[in-house]
Amino acid sequence: MALVAFALIALIALGSALGLVLKRNPIHGALFLVVNLGSIAALYLTLGAEFLAAAQVIVYAGAIMVLFVFAIMVLIPGKEETGPDPRRPWRLLALPAGAILLMLLAVYVVGAPAAPSGRATSGGVEAIARLLFTDYLFPFELTSVLLLAAMVGVLLLARRRA
Amino acid sequence: MIADLGIVFGRVLFVMMFMLNLGGILTWVERKQSAIMQDRIGANRASIRIPLIGVRLRILGLLHPLADAIKMLTKEDFMPARADRFLFSLAPFVSVFFALTAFASIPFGDTLRVGDRVIPLQAVTLNVGVLYVFAMLSLGVYGVMMAGWASANNFALLGGQRSAALMISAEIAIGASIMGVVMVYGSLDLQDIVRGQGHPLFPQIFGEWIPAWGIVTQPLAFLLFLTAGIAATKRIPFDMPEGESEIIGYFVEYSGMKFGMFAMADFLETVVIAGMTTALFLGGWQVPYLQPDGFHFPWGAVATLPQVLVALLQVGAFVVKVCVMIFVMMLVRWTLPRFRYDQAMRLGWLGLFPLSILNIVLTGIALLLAGGPA
Repeated sequence: MALVAFALIALIALGSALGLVLKRNPIHGALFLVVNLGSIAALYLTLGAEFLAAAQVIVYAGAIMVLFVFAIMVLIPGKEETGPDPRRPWRLLALPAGAILLMLLAVYVVGAPAAPSGRATSGGVEAIARLLFTDYLFPFELTSVLLLAAMVGVLLLARRRA
Repeated sequence: MIADLGIVFGRVLFVMMFMLNLGGILTWVERKQSAIMQDRIGANRASIRIPLIGVRLRILGLLHPLADAIKMLTKEDFMPARADRFLFSLAPFVSVFFALTAFASIPFGDTLRVGDRVIPLQAVTLNVGVLYVFAMLSLGVYGVMMAGWASANNFALLGGQRSAALMISAEIAIGASIMGVVMVYGSLDLQDIVRGQGHPLFPQIFGEWIPAWGIVTQPLAFLLFLTAGIAATKRIPFDMPEGESEIIGYFVEYSGMKFGMFAMADFLETVVIAGMTTALFLGGWQVPYLQPDGFHFPWGAVATLPQVLVALLQVGAFVVKVCVMIFVMMLVRWTLPRFRYDQAMRLGWLGLFPLSILNIVLTGIALLLAGGPA
C-alpha cells in the first residue's frame, strides 16, 4: 500500500520535473514545478511529516511559485521579442554538470547511513518547534536576520524606484 | 475492512455534498437576500409545470439554480483562437478543486460511537488542520492566474494579476490572524481548537457561564479574519478582480459551465471561510453547556442525552453556525460598495496585516500573564 503510494507519487514528481526541464514555454515549466513541489509534499505526508508537508505547500507552492509565475507572466518576453538565445552553446555544459551531480548523489546515497526509522512519527509541530528553539536556535535566528535583510533591501529598491 | 472504507467514504461524501449543495443554494440565497434588502421580489420565474393539472411549481424561485445549471451546460463553450487550450480548460477545475478540498479538515462534529467504533466527524483528521486549509486556499490562486494567462487576452491577464495580488495580500492577513487563535488553544489541529472552545472561560470569575469561544478570547482576530476572508473570496466589497459588469476580470473569455465553475468556486470559498470562522471563533460544533453525555447547565441542572442525539445536535449546531456566517458575509456583500484596487491593497497591507501582528503580540503578552494556553 505504502509502496504503491510512493511509486505513484514518485512517478508524478519525476514526470513533472522532466516537464519543467523539457517544456519550452516558461509558464508551463513553472506550473510543472508547482506540481513537483506538491508531489514532494505528498511524499512528506506518506512519511507522517504533516507539518513539513503543509509548510512545503504553503511556502513553496503557495507563495514562492506564485511570485515566480506572476513575474514570468508580466516580465518575461516571448521568443519573438528576444530572438534566438545568444548563449546557446553553453547549454552543452549541462551534460557534464548533470553527470557530475548524478555521480555525487549516487556516492552519497550509497555511502549514507540507513535512515532512522523511528523518527518518522515525530514529524509533528511540537517536535520540530522543540528542535528549532533548542538545538537549532542559532541558525533559526540567523535565518530571520537574513529574511529581515532581504526585506529591508526590497524596501530600499522600491523607494529608489518611486 | 469494508466497513472502515465505507465510513471514510461516508465522511468524505458528507463534506462534499454539504459543500456542493450549499454552494448551489447560495446562488438562490444571494438573489433572494438582495431582493429583500432592495425591496424587490427577486428570482421567481423558473417553474416546472405539472403535466395533468397544469399547475406551475415555483417554490419561491428555488428552481433557479437548476435553471442556471441547465443554461450553463447548454451554452456554447467558447475558446479564443490563440488561447492555451489545456490551461484554459484546466483553470476552472483548479479553482473548484482547491475550494472543495479546503473544507476537508474542518470538523463538523465531535465523534460518533457506533458499537465499539469511534468515528471522527471530520473528512480528514490532520494534526495540522489549520495549515491544511490555509495551504489549499493559497493554491486556489493558480486557477485564477492560469485563467488570466491562458485566455490570450491582455485584459484577462491584468485581471488575473489583480486577483492574484488581492488574494495573496488577503491570505497573509488570514495566516497572521489565525496565529492568535492557535496560540490561545495551543494546537494546529482544528478538532483540538474546537474542543478547547468547549471549556468555560475564566471559571474563577464567571463560573461555568461563558464558553471560551474564539470570538470571546480573540475578538480582534475574528474581525481581521472575517475581513481578510471576504477579500479572499473575491466578492463585493473586494470584487475588483472580477467586477462582473464594470471592470474586465480574469474570466472575460469564459462562457458556459467553465464560467459557472469560477462563480461556483467563489461560493465554495465563501462556505470554506464561513466554516473556518465557525471552527476558529464560533466554537465549531460546540453547543453551549452540551457535554458528551448531555447538557450540564451552569445552574446545576443536568439533562442526560444518548450519544447519537448529542452527535446530531453538534452537527446541527455546526451547520446552523456556518449558514449564519454565510448569511452575514452576504449581508456585507449587499451593504458595502466596491473598494478601489489601491484601497483594497492598502487595507490588506497597512491595515489588516499590522493589526494581525499586533494581535499576535498582545495574545503572547496575555498568555504570559495568564500562564500558558487555555
